[in-house]
Amino acid sequence: MRFADSRLEPIWEKVRSSTRLDHDDALALLESDDLLGVGRMADHVKTAREGDRVYFVINRHITPTNLCVLSCSFCGFARKPGQDGAYEHTIEDMVGMVKGETREVHIVGGHHPDWPFEYYERMIEAIHHAHPTVQIKAFTAAEIDYFWRRWKIEPQEALSRLKAVGLRSMPGGGAEIFSPRLAKLLKYSGKADPERWCEIHGIAHALGIRTNATMLYGHVETLPERVEHLMRLRAQQDASGGFVTFVPLAYQEAKTKLVPRQTPPADSLRTIAASRLVLDNFAHIEAYWVTLGEETASVALHFGADDVNGTLEDERIQHLSGATSPAGVAREQLFRMIRDAGKVPVERDALYNVIKVWN
Amino acid sequence: MLDEVRAKVEAGVRLDRKDGRALLEAAPLLELGAVANEARFRRLPARRVTFVIDSNPNYTNVCITDCQFCAFYRKPGDRDAWTLTVDEVLAKVESAATNGATTVLLQGGHNPELRLDYYLTIVRETLRRFPQVTPHFFTASEIQTVAKVEGIPFTEVLDRLKDAGQRTLPGGGAEVLSERVRRRIEPKKGGPEAWMAVHREAHRRGFKSTATMMYGHVEDVEDVLEHFDAIRELQDEHGGFTAFVPWSFKPNNTMLEKWIKQHKGPNAYLRMLAAARLYLDNFPHVQASWFSEGKRAGQIALHFGADDWGGTLFEENVHKAAEYVNTITVDEIVTLIRDAGFTPAQRNTEYDILRTY
Repeated sequence: MRFADSRLEPIWEKVRSSTRLDHDDALALLESDDLLGVGRMADHVKTAREGDRVYFVINRHITPTNLCVLSCSFCGFARKPGQDGAYEHTIEDMVGMVKGETREVHIVGGHHPDWPFEYYERMIEAIHHAHPTVQIKAFTAAEIDYFWRRWKIEPQEALSRLKAVGLRSMPGGGAEIFSPRLAKLLKYSGKADPERWCEIHGIAHALGIRTNATMLYGHVETLPERVEHLMRLRAQQDASGGFVTFVPLAYQEAKTKLVPRQTPPADSLRTIAASRLVLDNFAHIEAYWVTLGEETASVALHFGADDVNGTLEDERIQHLSGATSPAGVAREQLFRMIRDAGKVPVERDALYNVIKVWN
Repeated sequence: MLDEVRAKVEAGVRLDRKDGRALLEAAPLLELGAVANEARFRRLPARRVTFVIDSNPNYTNVCITDCQFCAFYRKPGDRDAWTLTVDEVLAKVESAATNGATTVLLQGGHNPELRLDYYLTIVRETLRRFPQVTPHFFTASEIQTVAKVEGIPFTEVLDRLKDAGQRTLPGGGAEVLSERVRRRIEPKKGGPEAWMAVHREAHRRGFKSTATMMYGHVEDVEDVLEHFDAIRELQDEHGGFTAFVPWSFKPNNTMLEKWIKQHKGPNAYLRMLAAARLYLDNFPHVQASWFSEGKRAGQIALHFGADDWGGTLFEENVHKAAEYVNTITVDEIVTLIRDAGFTPAQRNTEYDILRTY
């Protein structure tokens, strides 16, 4: 392989010999202006792992409430009690939201000031009871941590009880970017810190609950901070092994003006590719089309991503923050994204069991 | 797998049909993009991306050609058919000029009611009243149409336009330059032969023009390569093409919509651009169209061999008729080009740099 950026040559040697990349390699990938060089290495790794397969899941996002005790400055979603647009779903509402061919329910919401832990337990139980074949992926580590902060229920107990009533896996949100500097600057220091976030995922993994991991990028973080984040996730995966997918989340600029505009697509493609190369112990890297837009997500399938998430019928958090993608794309649209890239769509469930290969 | 192609490109050996097939069908996308990008920087070493401040108004939607891919035209006598007077057209040119446009790309349907004098007056008055605006008017098939209306050879139309002061032609109406494609989607239009003849004679008279391609409908790889070969050969003759400008067919509200539901996506677009950069070895510029493929795809395209961002398109009605709308400002263009890692530069119709940001 020939590179426009000679810093990539030693990294390519490591990639070819399956040698783990270090901090400096990761930084060189994120800094390189040889976008296609970085992408080709990631594509090499992705193709060796998955061939032409690209996964998607028919899922339903449920956001039980937007009431939240936190005030993270990047969030356009949270409301305070009594504020315009604040809402709380009943359990019956939520049970009714799951329909048709849904394979996965993704439940993430605000840190509600008053709902007891038992409400969440009943919510999972009721959805599981009504839809026993639908896999429930629920509650970020930040929410699990909040159950402790608010009700003094240890994560070990919370996760065991939730698993007992039907929780199958956990989403990767709430990680934001692992940096004390930014936690303070962006006012998310009231949330599980990096150690706690990783600890909770470790507990989940030990209980047999698979989880995802995210990184919120493209705001005011530095590239070394992104590297630090990836390194920490990789170390946690070495320790507990239960991460399934890494989902880099491009920051949505619209209502919450940390930066004037979304980070350019080349930055997202480079970040996805670097993630594929650095996170050698993660099975999947996702191109989350709701934040990237369909065009960039589709191109990202050549930059190391092997998943486009799914048909989101209700993605309130990203939409209230201004994502312009349509809220619910049909399977056909996912096919278009995947097939335009010359890849084969594979429908999966939350745990990556293959439902159907759509040749 | 592109080693052979890369070696040829580096040695300045022209690519053949077999290479073309490999680029369009088989090559891994990013490897293709990397080779195209190398070729782009060998030809244009500056990390510069140009754009033009322009507008694309239309003077009539009346058309007798019934192309199946067109959502814009109306038949003569249709209730929503319209034709602008010379003064109305000039008002549109004035509006573009007021907004800083240096190019107005004026085109319209094939309206048999319009005489040559109408076209010539618009050119003359544009140059007289708005000397800062380059009249980039009338595609090949419009020139053929007015020649027929007047019963004169189209070369005479070109001569008269040149006398009136016009020096460039837009490249629209090429679609895919292949007889097979013409018979299927535009049987009443002159097709490849007529388009090529107008551009050849225009170049011979010193006009500059662009070569476009609307892909993503009924064409196959051989049709695309036929198109590439045709414009590459013509470019060898006079060097009159400034740029190659491909875009994807938008099916909404067209007769083809019944069979083709969606336009081709960004990967197909990137492949087309990169393949064009390599195959069209005598074309100075390849345009990334933020307008037709989206701003993100446009930014990504700058890494796949494209060096031009197209224009502001203050007014555009043809894609709009197919329910495809996109708008931009000069500030946003400058920002998007910078974000993509390039130096933005404003150009004129003939790709001379007017201002670097």
